[in-house]
Amino acid sequence: MDILLSSLAMLAQWQVLLALLIGSIGGVIIGAIPGVGAAVAIAILLPATFAFEPIVGLTLLLGVYGSSMYGGAIPAVLINTPGTAVNALTTYDGYPMTKKGQGHRALSLAYSASFFGGIFSILCLIVLSPLLAMIAPHFGSREIFLAALMGIILVVVAHRGQVFAAGMLACFGILLSTIGLEPAKYTKRFTFDQSWLTSGVDLIVVVLGLFAISQALLLLVDKEHHPGEAKVEGNLFAGLKELLAFKRVAFVSSSFGVLMGMIPGVGEFTAQFLSYTYAQKTSKTPDLFGKGAPEGLIASEAANNAVPGAAMIPLLALGIPGEALTAMMLSVFYVHNVVPGPQLFQGQLDFVIALYLALILLNLIVLAFLLSSTGLLLKIIQIPTRFLGMMILTLSFVGVFSLRNSVTDCALAAGFGVFGLVLKRLNLPIVPIILGMVLGGIMEVKLRTAMARVKSPLDFIDRPIAAFLFVMILLILVLHVRTVIREQKARRVRELTEAASDTSTQQG
Amino acid sequence: MARIKTLQELFRRYRRPGDIVFAVLFLAFALFLLTQLTGETVWAKRTKWFAQPRFWPAVAVIGMVVFAGLHFIGSLCSERIPGRWREVGFWLTSLEYVFYFLIYVVLVPQIGYLPATLAFTIFLTIRVGEATKVNLAAAVGFSIAVVVIFRAFLQVKIPAGHIYEVLPDGIRAFALTYL
Repeated sequence: MDILLSSLAMLAQWQVLLALLIGSIGGVIIGAIPGVGAAVAIAILLPATFAFEPIVGLTLLLGVYGSSMYGGAIPAVLINTPGTAVNALTTYDGYPMTKKGQGHRALSLAYSASFFGGIFSILCLIVLSPLLAMIAPHFGSREIFLAALMGIILVVVAHRGQVFAAGMLACFGILLSTIGLEPAKYTKRFTFDQSWLTSGVDLIVVVLGLFAISQALLLLVDKEHHPGEAKVEGNLFAGLKELLAFKRVAFVSSSFGVLMGMIPGVGEFTAQFLSYTYAQKTSKTPDLFGKGAPEGLIASEAANNAVPGAAMIPLLALGIPGEALTAMMLSVFYVHNVVPGPQLFQGQLDFVIALYLALILLNLIVLAFLLSSTGLLLKIIQIPTRFLGMMILTLSFVGVFSLRNSVTDCALAAGFGVFGLVLKRLNLPIVPIILGMVLGGIMEVKLRTAMARVKSPLDFIDRPIAAFLFVMILLILVLHVRTVIREQKARRVRELTEAASDTSTQQG
Repeated sequence: MARIKTLQELFRRYRRPGDIVFAVLFLAFALFLLTQLTGETVWAKRTKWFAQPRFWPAVAVIGMVVFAGLHFIGSLCSERIPGRWREVGFWLTSLEYVFYFLIYVVLVPQIGYLPATLAFTIFLTIRVGEATKVNLAAAVGFSIAVVVIFRAFLQVKIPAGHIYEVLPDGIRAFALTYL
């Protein structure tokens, strides 16, 4: 009870509440504007939050993270353009519903499903907390090393069809984390005798370059794109009631979101894919999917909104970020000397609970805002894309330059911006670089500490959690190889069948 | 022959225009780093492998070379979509905006955050062909909002412009603190 009161006191500060309000509403607006997204906004805001108390800074970033997907559903449903990448699946059924004149129903269902997913994941987080508090202290250096290794492997194999690219970019991220003066022997690594490289490459410079500046450059160089006109009329509250008719889909989809969110490197896309497939397979009207099925819309939105809450689990309990956004949040913890991981649950449980409560409040604020201000948001998303590019580039400057007033940092971030633009144009993944950079640093430190206490290689996995993680890593690799072989066989069979049918057509 | 064909099929993937240019450049970069590995990192005496300063850079660079090599093979085996050099041209076009950005970065400590931001946003609005009255007014409003929020309200660490030193006393203190 004391801990709960302490958490409430932490949350009741005006700075925290203001940060929550700005983060939530700002996140919805940012999510609703196609071409921005939570990653860009968090990258820009990150250095500004270093001046705040950890709870204030994290609440602001959490607000943006948790609410952007709500906003992203608006253009996805009304103008067939996802506001954020994870709302792409929402267009499949949301837009056809709009074309049928059911735009308000689609939006209402999207908001309700998002709200359900968001609250469900926080409840899971709260229920799992005692368990986490119990297990987390058993995570020593070797377990954290193995969990980080598993995160890297998962982020690589999760990029189907781009595994090699994801692998090389993850390794590039690890390399970036090693540049500069290493802390154990004080030797220089890959500095090429350049003084500006001695202090290493700052994560925020890389994040801002890869996410924000690259997006700004892309919008500035690419053709102007004017989002289509859209308006919505009707009762947006009706979806809350209608969701009850699809509670099974909402529950299963949110569960997928929680499960996938907890596993480092997997995230929203897999959760959505699994949820959508489940909803279609169990639907009485599977043919309606892709043509305006409410279940499809609910599956997509409930799954993606359940991820942010769940993604906080490995971050808070083990200090291991599962994707780029939580990796950015990790730097806020480090700046304030708050080390996420087992100690956090033991020593600062009130801080953890305050974050949970902030997440619940966030969902309530966002739902209330959306139900009353969708019309206003529809005007905001009409910003010309090139003008938006100019705005992002201007804001990126604040993020990079305020770190240490370094022109070199800005030049480096601009370089990463061009690199990010190339990756985006080639449809190659950026997230492995960020995770490689963060998890690479963790792996180096933890391996060094862990191996100092290990006599033979088998000792490394002689503890139950370490052994479990090791088996999981092997299982992931084996399953990946098996999937690749199966896909290959299926493709060959398909090609042979097509060739045979071509021959018979020619002969016939 | 059949084996080679199977291997080709295994590496085949969807590739966008310019993919092979990137694959070659990244592989070359990774190989360059590999040649520099011994010169740019140290192998310490009386230190176990896991604590060697060279261990993790070696893991990263070797990983980069192996995966970049496989990515390059994948690019070779995949169906080409025309437009390679047009795509490279697109990448290079972005350098123009990088140049403007760096000029802005250099200008801020000289002429001050607000004047530099106003000049940057108005110039870019004109440059990208969005110079309507509404957009120019929006650019001015946006610049003022950014400066007020980040420098005046959030007190983000951005140096005051040298030019503010020549302002009259009353305005100078205000400009140095808030603009």
